[in-house]
Amino acid sequence: MTQARLGSWIAIVLGTLYFVIPLIGTFEFSMKMRRGEYSFDAYRVVLNDPQFQATFAYSTVLALATIVVGVVLVVPTAYWIQLRLPKLRPLVEFITLMPLVIPAIVIVFGYIRLYNSSSILPMTSHARATDLLLTFSYVTLALPYMYRAVDTGLRSIDVRTLTEAAENLGAGWPTILFRVILPNVRSAILSGAFLTFAIVIGEFTMASLLNRPAFGVYLQNIGANRAYEPSALAIIAFLVTWACMGLINVFGRGKQIKAAP
Amino acid sequence: MAQDAQLSQKPAAASLQLSQKTWAWIGVTPFFIFALMFLILPTVDLMIGAFQDPDGNFTLQNLANLNSPTIISAYVISLKVSIASALTGAVFGFFMAYAAVLGGLPQWIRPTLMTFSGVASNFAGLPLAFAFIATLGRVGLVTVLARDWLGFNLYGTGFNLLSFWGLTITYLYFQIPLMVLIIAPALDGLKREWREASEILGASRWQYWRHVAFPILWPSILGTTLLLFANSFGAVATAYALTGSSLNIVTILLYAQIRGDVLHDQGLGYALALGMILITGLSNGAYIWLRQRSERWLR
Repeated sequence: MTQARLGSWIAIVLGTLYFVIPLIGTFEFSMKMRRGEYSFDAYRVVLNDPQFQATFAYSTVLALATIVVGVVLVVPTAYWIQLRLPKLRPLVEFITLMPLVIPAIVIVFGYIRLYNSSSILPMTSHARATDLLLTFSYVTLALPYMYRAVDTGLRSIDVRTLTEAAENLGAGWPTILFRVILPNVRSAILSGAFLTFAIVIGEFTMASLLNRPAFGVYLQNIGANRAYEPSALAIIAFLVTWACMGLINVFGRGKQIKAAP
Repeated sequence: MAQDAQLSQKPAAASLQLSQKTWAWIGVTPFFIFALMFLILPTVDLMIGAFQDPDGNFTLQNLANLNSPTIISAYVISLKVSIASALTGAVFGFFMAYAAVLGGLPQWIRPTLMTFSGVASNFAGLPLAFAFIATLGRVGLVTVLARDWLGFNLYGTGFNLLSFWGLTITYLYFQIPLMVLIIAPALDGLKREWREASEILGASRWQYWRHVAFPILWPSILGTTLLLFANSFGAVATAYALTGSSLNIVTILLYAQIRGDVLHDQGLGYALALGMILITGLSNGAYIWLRQRSERWLR
């Protein structure tokens, strides 16, 4: 038994070393910008860079748009599948898994072929239209995570009883969806939303191939041209990801302790 | 009485049912239109494109053109990196998950590992490449410390971060956590009774794993390994930031092709994409099949 526990400790310690050393290495490197002493100069340079601010803001807006479109698309679908159309469940689950099967670069290549400036729906010929296309591509990318989060949330509540109770009280479909179901799966939606944010904020491939000034493209540009700033950006990106996962834990655990007064 | 009431209500209920069904269909329509427009049609269109010449006639020439040394070696390196990082990630991920779930370690280890895995599995793309350049690059922390403290010249051994091994070690940073996240619930599914029963029957620890636990777990293990494979096969950003275009892997080749038409042949790009869809499609098809097999036991 003690021998087995020793093996467990070895696995955990080795794993910890592998995961922590790159973080230490990155942090150390990010502070070496000033010669001969440690400083946060690289962070100052990065955070004051107008390009950083502009691209980060752009990607944040895009992430929020992705979350809104994703929720509007996924919540009603998962709800109807659960309540009235269970036969469609395998098909919908298959579709939501497809983005894990088809690499993002292939999906965006398909967009470029299908929606180029000489097609019926030329979504790449105008900047705003391309932003919309990029948002949709991110919705696609986040679909497996968003759908699973919402579906798990819906399974944990009694959708049928809630719906029937609301119907008996004279509620229409919009009321049922937005004022009864949505608040009950709020923590699931928030989990999906933060995960979506973590995926979208630094995404590179799709933004770069659709030629939009996203944060991921800025990261690539800095990575190719600077020495210390990329490390600072990696630490910032790690903190953003950590914040997203932390918020998932905060909102995912609390089973709506605070009831409406 | 209640039955009578139900019977007399039946026609009304049926029409209500019908309108509810109709509402449900209207409710799911946007999802299917979206999936068709932004997932299915673009992919199918690419696959059709792989069989068309520039004038739109049917041809197999694009697929035949894949048979060039550059493209074949790109597929080979991509497959090698994906297989190596999937297998290594699966083995190390399994041991870490096992240690945290069944290893008899302090309680706090497990939630810490799971939370960290959630972060690390999403810490991919460009920042991950930057982190490994700062760690194992030519002036990275580990490289420098190994040289100054141990007198060990890492790059003297032929190691290079911008190579097969460098890419594999970097990919493990999101592969291992993904394995931990998926396999830990499966380890939870191993019922205590099974272990107790086999101990009562005199089975050794090895026999329990060989004849009870592993046969139940292997579909999840193999299935997750296939998911890890597809995960690294389609990755672009990390490799691009690490190697620029110096390492010849499929995604980088396709990226360069879309950006600047390096192959000077659109049809060849479509064929390249078709090859990727087939490879990840097959591995994920196997994953779905295996997962259904394992879920029969893990209830």
